[in-house]
Amino acid sequence: MLAHYGPQLVNLFAAVLLLLSFAMLSQRRMLSLINLFAAQGFVLFLTTSLVGALTGQHHLYWSALVTLVLKVIVLPWILHRLIRKLNVKWDVETLINIPTTMLVGIVLVVLAFNLALPISQLSGTVIRSTLGIALASVLLSFLMMITRSKAIPQVIGFLSMENGLFFAATGAVYGMPMVVELGVALDVLVGALILGVFLFQIRERFDSLDTRHLERLKER
Amino acid sequence: MLEMLVLLVSPLAGALVLALCGHRNRAAEVNVFFSAITFLAAAALTARIVADGPLRVLHEQFFVDSLNVFLVALTAFVGMTTALFSRPYMRIERDHGRVTPVGLRLYHSMFQMFSFTMLLVLTTNNLGIMWVAMEAATLTTVVLVALYRTTASLEAAWKYFILCGVGIAQALFGTILVYFAAERVLGPGVGSLLWTNLDAVKNSLEPTVMSIAFVFLLVGYGTKVGLVPLHNWLPDAHAEGPTPVSAVLSGLLLNVALYALIRCKVITDGSLHETVGVPFASSLMMGFGLLSVVVAAFYLSRQRDIKRMFAYSSIEHMGLIAFAFGMGGPVASFAGLLHMTMHSLTKSAIFFAVGHATQKTGTQLMENIRGLMKVNPTVGWGLMLGTVAILGMPPFGVFASEFLILTQAIALHPWAAPILLGALGIAFAAIFGKVQPMVFGETTAKRLPHSPALLPVFAHLGIVLLLGLYMPHYLAVWYRQAALLIG
Amino acid sequence: MINLAGIAAQFTELMLAILLAPLLTGWVNQCRAWLQNRSAPGLLQPYRNLNKLFQKEVVLAHNASPLFRIAPYLIFGSLALAAAIVPTLDIDLPLNAAADAIALVGLLALARLFISLAAMDIGTAFGSLGARREMMIGFLAEPALLMVLFTASLISGSTSLSTIVQTLAHKEFVIYPSMAFAGVAFTMVSLAENARIPVDNPTTHLELTMIHEAMVLEYSGRHLAMIEWAASLKLFVYSCMGLALFFPFGVAEGGDWVGIVLALPALLLKLAIGGAALALIEILSAKMRIFRAPEFLGSAFLFAVLAMLVHVLLGS
Repeated sequence: MLAHYGPQLVNLFAAVLLLLSFAMLSQRRMLSLINLFAAQGFVLFLTTSLVGALTGQHHLYWSALVTLVLKVIVLPWILHRLIRKLNVKWDVETLINIPTTMLVGIVLVVLAFNLALPISQLSGTVIRSTLGIALASVLLSFLMMITRSKAIPQVIGFLSMENGLFFAATGAVYGMPMVVELGVALDVLVGALILGVFLFQIRERFDSLDTRHLERLKER
Repeated sequence: MLEMLVLLVSPLAGALVLALCGHRNRAAEVNVFFSAITFLAAAALTARIVADGPLRVLHEQFFVDSLNVFLVALTAFVGMTTALFSRPYMRIERDHGRVTPVGLRLYHSMFQMFSFTMLLVLTTNNLGIMWVAMEAATLTTVVLVALYRTTASLEAAWKYFILCGVGIAQALFGTILVYFAAERVLGPGVGSLLWTNLDAVKNSLEPTVMSIAFVFLLVGYGTKVGLVPLHNWLPDAHAEGPTPVSAVLSGLLLNVALYALIRCKVITDGSLHETVGVPFASSLMMGFGLLSVVVAAFYLSRQRDIKRMFAYSSIEHMGLIAFAFGMGGPVASFAGLLHMTMHSLTKSAIFFAVGHATQKTGTQLMENIRGLMKVNPTVGWGLMLGTVAILGMPPFGVFASEFLILTQAIALHPWAAPILLGALGIAFAAIFGKVQPMVFGETTAKRLPHSPALLPVFAHLGIVLLLGLYMPHYLAVWYRQAALLIG
Repeated sequence: MINLAGIAAQFTELMLAILLAPLLTGWVNQCRAWLQNRSAPGLLQPYRNLNKLFQKEVVLAHNASPLFRIAPYLIFGSLALAAAIVPTLDIDLPLNAAADAIALVGLLALARLFISLAAMDIGTAFGSLGARREMMIGFLAEPALLMVLFTASLISGSTSLSTIVQTLAHKEFVIYPSMAFAGVAFTMVSLAENARIPVDNPTTHLELTMIHEAMVLEYSGRHLAMIEWAASLKLFVYSCMGLALFFPFGVAEGGDWVGIVLALPALLLKLAIGGAALALIEILSAKMRIFRAPEFLGSAFLFAVLAMLVHVLLGS
């Protein structure tokens, strides 16, 4: 039964992941953004465990565990603490309005699917078609980073980009070798910590987390 | 084996030790000590490679051949001289109150950590670990750039983090694609990420996947090299961070990123094995390189801050090197490798001199720095000679490598040669015109309590001069071997 | 050859749709009243309203054109035709040749066109206000609906509604993410088109908030009765469309009487559950501000496009 429903479940999770990326793009509140990011991490955990069960690659279970601890528990906790300490307002300001952002998002999704098509045709995994969705999710996070003017959504966009890449690795090649995955997880964690410290410094200097303040060093 | 171990453990140990005691008076000497040990290990490793040939260590996880061993030696050497330079420099900064004791601890430990990550990138055989170490190097330099905690430095560090972070995520995707292509030939597991294995089977890797992978890798690692249009972080990071950091950024990090790119290019070229026309990867690198040279030359002339100006000069030279590697062939690759060495040594020497100059005059704006020769002839001459060297005047080594690159360009791609010459000419006029009044004429500088560290400056310039006049035979052979590896 | 049995079956289906539509509206109101803990006006109240309106005199404005008088019949006619081609009870009926997804959307658009024209005909402020708002909703809802139908067509290989229902009914139970997305999009679109909360309040007459009600302010007597009936019919059509696309079980295959009689209880059950679900959604949401409506519908369009893209990519 698992062999029959497994691939369909993975496809369903992939679709939910794409949906979560769009949801993050259209969010207005900072708190729900963090919860969506945690949900994305959870979906990744489910997908990785399922792929591990389907294909018998046991290192994927460890991968899934690392994902669960890091992306569902530790990182959202750090982000929540940051928001509390920084006393951030709830609204996310966008540089272009939300319906336009979503339309641009759709274009990016089409682009990503086109790009991933030749690669997924060559893949030998059961779930090769999810590579397009992973790439789309990366591009959507990138869009979120560009169209937000506050620092925290940019940070979350950066972290969710890494989520998309992790999903791409799982879908295309059943996950990278364990040592690489651990290295990447470590990088992400350290990066998030450094960003957290930065946000405090920026807040101290500028009294605001609006990154439009950070545009003074330009070419004259 | 032992040399490798010492090479990697020494900076790591240094980072840990200095994290605890980096604010004490002797911290700078401890920093120099660890860097010196790293350099000795690198020298021993070089001797071993020159004698025995390529080396694989620890289940093939580390691989050292003539290409990366000279970079390892260069990194360790420049690391040591920068540590020597940073001793009086950071003392003066601390006296001026621009950095706190906690900041000093952070600075020293991150400096060693940065050496560690760069040596890891250079010596690892595993493309995934190479990525991880590159990202770690970015993180350490982000912390270093933001050291002074001013608004401008925070902005520079933030921009650096976001731009390089996004870029490096693209490189991760490229690495995943390479693994994907490799897995079909070599099977799953760590073995498919080892460069030596990939090099052995590169002809049978899937061309479509590899070309897409190379584009992502070029965008990703190219951001760290500073290729236009992904270069926006570079001038800010150089200008706002402490000068030793600018020196290692320009002198070392850009080189290491380009090394990563070259390794990937070798595999891509093998996989695409095009015999007609210019190969895909090469044309991309040449295009970006040329664009960087031209754009940087134009921006150079508009700069007012001395460190920003030299940052653009770094972009220009890295573009030139990328162009050389893009051209391919033994002579161009030889020239590229030579230029990497020369640029690294000269640019760090310039930054050393600039560092002392800015400290003496208290400003980074070029119009406010005048007449360095009167106050401290050694700083003045250091800056003058360094500038002359980087502009490609004979008999310095930079002239030799630029000459080789230009002659190759005229031979293989004649349309590019006038563009390169024009850009180099514009850069020459701009930089020389700005540096000349800074060094000669009436002075605005003051004497400072700690005497500047001038040994590093002149040591670097001396090596550059020496190599310009006479290249030792074993060095030439070494470079030629490395060039052949690149293809 | 004219299939008399088929024509009779088609006619029955049409009559059933027209007669059951007010009952569906009454059922939704009943459920809403139960959920809000108040007593409902009764399941058959819409019929009583229609009866009352038919007996009243028609009062027309001086400057009403013939269009104003004909519009209610046109609207009712196109919606009745739409009800005839949506496969509610049976898929093998004579009008199948015309039962195309795009034609269906066209018929619904025709109804919308005429109600907007009629609203603007008299020249009052409320009329044009309602017409403009209706067009704003419509211009986003229509592409979304089309995308949903295209997704279903991609899965079943044809835009003919009967083929879609047949294919989807016979596929074994598979988890289709694209259909899940399409389902969400379809729900959002039908909420908007049928003037339900959270897009429009069907019982309000406040200028700030009404869309559909603003367009029919000038109508009275039998014209108003026809329009109210048409509105119930529209809800019926959308519900049946949703059931046909997403829950196509229990629809008869051949054009015979026995099949239709057996399909009827299944339809009634599904409609009852659907109506209760609609009431629940209405209770749980608050009405959105008008300028948020494009965002809402933009999301619906997004879901629909995503459904199509996911189907193209994942093959499911």
